[in-house]
Amino acid sequence: MTRVLLTGNAAAAWGARLAGVDYVPAFPITPQTEILETLGAWIEGGELRARMVMLESEHSMVTAAGAAAATGVRVFTATSSQGLLYALEMLYTVAGWRAPFVLVNVSRGLAAPITLGSDHGDVLAARDCGFLQLHAASAQEVLDFVLLGARLGEDARVRLPVLVNLDGFTLSFTREPVALPEAVEAARFVGPFDPGTVRFRASRPISQAVAVLGGSPYSYFRYEMQRAAEAALLAWPEVAGAFANAFGRRYEAVATHRCEDAEVVLCLLGALATQAEGVVDQLRAEGRRVGLVRPRLLRPFPAEALRAALAGKRAVAVLDQDLSLGLGGVLHGELAAALYGAAGAPPVLASFVGGLGGRDVAGTELAAMLEAAARAADAGVPPAPRLLYTETELRELRKLQAIALGERHELARGERSELARGEGA
Amino acid sequence: MSDTAYRRMQDLPSTHLLGTGTSTCAGCGGLHAFRELYDVLGDKTVVVNAAGCMTLLATYPFTPFRGSWLYTSMASAPAGAQGVRDALDLLIEKGRLPREEDLRVVVLTGDGAAYGMGLAATSAAIDRGLDFLYLCYDNEGYGNTGQQSSAATPHAARTATNGGPRGYPGYKKDLFAIWAAHRPSYVATVIAAEPVDLARKVEQAARLTGPRLLLALAPCPPGWGFDPQDAVEIGRLAVKSGVWPLKEWRDGRVVHTKTPRPRAPVEEYLRRQQRFAHLFEPARDEATLAEIQRRVDAYWEEVEA
Repeated sequence: MTRVLLTGNAAAAWGARLAGVDYVPAFPITPQTEILETLGAWIEGGELRARMVMLESEHSMVTAAGAAAATGVRVFTATSSQGLLYALEMLYTVAGWRAPFVLVNVSRGLAAPITLGSDHGDVLAARDCGFLQLHAASAQEVLDFVLLGARLGEDARVRLPVLVNLDGFTLSFTREPVALPEAVEAARFVGPFDPGTVRFRASRPISQAVAVLGGSPYSYFRYEMQRAAEAALLAWPEVAGAFANAFGRRYEAVATHRCEDAEVVLCLLGALATQAEGVVDQLRAEGRRVGLVRPRLLRPFPAEALRAALAGKRAVAVLDQDLSLGLGGVLHGELAAALYGAAGAPPVLASFVGGLGGRDVAGTELAAMLEAAARAADAGVPPAPRLLYTETELRELRKLQAIALGERHELARGERSELARGEGA
Repeated sequence: MSDTAYRRMQDLPSTHLLGTGTSTCAGCGGLHAFRELYDVLGDKTVVVNAAGCMTLLATYPFTPFRGSWLYTSMASAPAGAQGVRDALDLLIEKGRLPREEDLRVVVLTGDGAAYGMGLAATSAAIDRGLDFLYLCYDNEGYGNTGQQSSAATPHAARTATNGGPRGYPGYKKDLFAIWAAHRPSYVATVIAAEPVDLARKVEQAARLTGPRLLLALAPCPPGWGFDPQDAVEIGRLAVKSGVWPLKEWRDGRVVHTKTPRPRAPVEEYLRRQQRFAHLFEPARDEATLAEIQRRVDAYWEEVEA
């Protein structure tokens, strides 16, 4: 094992390299492109014995990924944001092929308006497609989750593709120290690719991905996928345990930080956890009994582990870096469904939406969320959902609007005077 | 084409590889063309299908294929072919699959996908020099959903979305020329009603590597409005009238493999199909009939010049 400084993107590429991928269908999109460029350089340099092919869209990229996996090779690919949504039809389709591979998504806000910053709207739009979802909070987790994802997805009980998510910019472009597993140990952990019964060869003709007639066979195969995802949840402790034995890093399905005796807990996904841990530590130093809960697995949803982690808490503040328009935070809704009616479920589940499109979430805001949840518990009144936006931000935005408006008026004045000149002539 | 196993009807394969009893309509010109292709190409194939009329060929738990099949989506069958081809190459390269287990990769797609939604994926597969064979069964409309107009619909044909007295106002897109502009290994037009010509072209394509494209006009009884028993006759008339030129493109040259002499009037082809009935009843639409004839004549004048 060696320790190196890697961006989240480079860590994803290292994960693919150490997983011994055969095939990398590719398509560039910010902020993911570095992953594919890194793999491409290794392939060109002979350091990675794999084939990369540049497709003309993410839709085609995911089709090629699924088709290659269904032919019997280990596949890795990556995308982000608009690309993930462009591929959405094929995410559903290839998941149904039951041909496992790992896809890394680098989270980025969705248009419109078009933007580049981190946001979980993209990955949560793919939450129902049949891919398992692992959400990383550090470059180390990114690398480890690619290895874990390959093994979990290829598990005979599971056989589903796996999406590993990392946050754009905050994780994709930030260098962090990463323990690099030895290639031999990584290969031993992941094992050779076992195509199972899903592959093409001349001596054993097979029709894959065939149509069904009617709802009954359709339901059967969809339920099979649900059972496979449930099996992944059961297999997780075993797979994560084997990983811990090999590399010394243990990953529970739900990460907790100072949760045991906490009264009020913050719950969120992804890289914001690093900052949130700091806030929790600071509040603890001030004598506040607060903690942090972060699902690493989002699909399958670790409902039981979340119930266990949150049982007996007075209040939970959920921060969603996503917005289901017309509803609110997605994680909040999922957590509410998991907790409803459960013994010891926290009486207050406060919803906050923030960090959209890479908007910074200040430490003071995280502390204020915990404070608001605690006050709601004291008052016994669940708080209304909140969309984070500060007065300073609004003032800055008003300035932008004033410029836009001023320019528009200027333009209109110019046109009017042009017109006046035209009439005068 | 001197070096061919297919000179006469008797030379065509007498055993048929594709199972019967599929869900396609009676007299389907698309299935007919595919069946003839499959007989020549053989069962060491994986057919990568785009959504369309052929989607239900393999319906759980039945399949008519002696070889393999992968259903993908409407837009991305060529990308599916890319994944399968690359994976087979990698498995053979890395010694994980014996060479004799290799398969030919065939894309099967309708005109709805080939002329429209799947054109980018097709173009890009040609750009990448993908080693595959591509068959488009062109029934000149979105046939599977009831013959709405597509970019392959001929001028003036009535479709489910152009039911008025003028029919489809657009003109059929020249997909052959679009493919040829990519300079692939091979491009040809075929039709099931001319099985020897089709078999020769499949034979020719099978000898080559790289992107090879076959465009089959696929007379469609329900979509075009004719009795299924007339499907072959309609196909022959498409060739005799010059509406469907049989040709191939190789190394920058177009060669016509069958030149109809003398050409039958296009009317003979058109009047057999309900989709053109409004050109004859209640009154003859002389202007449109003349325009269609003029366009066919102009094409052949250029060929023979």
